[in-house]
Amino acid sequence: MQHFDGNLLAGALSDLLAFDATTARARCNGCGNVGEIATTMVFRSAAGTVARCPACGQVLLTIVQTGDRTFVNFTGTGAIEIPAR
Amino acid sequence: MSEVTARVLPRTAWHAAEVVEVRRETPTAARIVLDVAGWPGNLPGQHLDVRLTAPDGYTATRSYSIASSGDGSQVVLAVARVPDGEVSPFLIDELRAGDRLEVHGPLGAYFVWHAPVDGGSGRPVQLIAGGSGVVPLFAIAQAHIDAADATPFRLLYSVRTPDDVFFAEELEAAAKGPVPFVADYVYTRRAPAGADEPVGRITRERVAAATFGPESEPLVYVCGATGFVEQVATWLVDLGHDPRAIRTERYGGT
Amino acid sequence: MSFITRGFTGRRRDQDDRLPPGQTLVHDFPVLSAGPTPQVSTDEWEFTIRSAAGERRWSWDEFRQLEIEDIDVDIHCVTHWSKLGTRWSGVSIDTLLADVDTEDEYAMAHSYGGYTTNVPLEDLRDGKAWVAFEFEGEPLDPEHGGPARLLVPHLYFWKSAKWIRGLELLPDDEPGFWEQNGYHLHGDPWKEERYW
Repeated sequence: MQHFDGNLLAGALSDLLAFDATTARARCNGCGNVGEIATTMVFRSAAGTVARCPACGQVLLTIVQTGDRTFVNFTGTGAIEIPAR
Repeated sequence: MSEVTARVLPRTAWHAAEVVEVRRETPTAARIVLDVAGWPGNLPGQHLDVRLTAPDGYTATRSYSIASSGDGSQVVLAVARVPDGEVSPFLIDELRAGDRLEVHGPLGAYFVWHAPVDGGSGRPVQLIAGGSGVVPLFAIAQAHIDAADATPFRLLYSVRTPDDVFFAEELEAAAKGPVPFVADYVYTRRAPAGADEPVGRITRERVAAATFGPESEPLVYVCGATGFVEQVATWLVDLGHDPRAIRTERYGGT
Repeated sequence: MSFITRGFTGRRRDQDDRLPPGQTLVHDFPVLSAGPTPQVSTDEWEFTIRSAAGERRWSWDEFRQLEIEDIDVDIHCVTHWSKLGTRWSGVSIDTLLADVDTEDEYAMAHSYGGYTTNVPLEDLRDGKAWVAFEFEGEPLDPEHGGPARLLVPHLYFWKSAKWIRGLELLPDDEPGFWEQNGYHLHGDPWKEERYW
């Protein structure tokens, strides 16, 4: 299964957040790498979407969408820097 | 602050789009023209998600780059057939004018280009496309042509054969027109008669020869299959480009 | 929006009375993953059971010397697809736990690449689970979890951890990767234990 990048998260994240998060920069809790969410390595399947740090591979973000609810887990991510609009 | 992010994005929403036209773009791709009531316009490089729903409630969602940009309700997609895929064969073979499609967009603030506001010349733009990865890059190129801005623009486009070029007429017109635009093609299976370069996959040498060098400090956009994008991005950094000047969009695949 | 897309049916999905609720029969074998496919050679492969008493470890050669069973089971993915009569070869977890003395009632399965999933020991014992290394008569493909994966077919297939490297026995039931992210701690398809 080939990976994508965080550009693919734009749709799911815009259902959850009031802004496009793909240009937001996030810190990896594993290795400290800071980068735009668009640059994360994204593995997507029917089970859920997993975004990993491009530097160390640690899971930064998971999104699981069921019919009637969405689970989102940002535990692997430290602070997120959101550009002003 | 990045010049790309300091703008207001069009508002994202779910829309019911009406299919205006589905027509063959290449032997393995279709151009799909949609009319989307309430579409807020989109920036060149953005994408949308298409969601298909079967009678038993099963859904499949895929992301497609938008080939058009600007205001108005018309949205153009170009969809490549994924062998044994679930969605692309449906969009190419079954979808017809008059059908309705659920779309979510416009999406994406990262892989976009803004024309310089004063019509002047921004940083040079280098576009590098692998196969169907040309779609958002075409949107960017067309926006540049329509804005008639003076930004130096180059496209390096890897395709299997001349028949597989998306938007061939538009790209040819752009290359011949008055707005700065140069297109180079890498043919991996068959080249047109009289082509200079040998047939084969893109190489580091080809990238170096057919792109703005790092001294021009171009903004570089690379889009295509994941393997293609990562290889090209590695070469670009190797050649001296600032990694922060390179934006990538991976389409999965190989 | 209640919206049906004219003419769209998706991949072939059949109904079948033998399936748990909410499942349909598919004819391919979908690959779902949370990360890159680990590349593990059988030279480096090890399987470890870690318990309060210590560790019990097998190399690939040692593992292949154990009693191997032919397995014919139905499998059910939480994403609604099922396959009936899939054939595997593997070593029963009962064989692997034979010399392990434990009071613990739960296990965490650990995979190469970092994936984890939790399974109660009673769901791994008594002929209900294996470490499988062949599928349909061929060595298990890395995409599907090769060299070896856990096989616990009576639970949703996310519990059948691909690229298995060991079991950690635990006193309490702790959530693994998907369980931390919305999936049910137990995962019984006949009770539709899909999410929290």
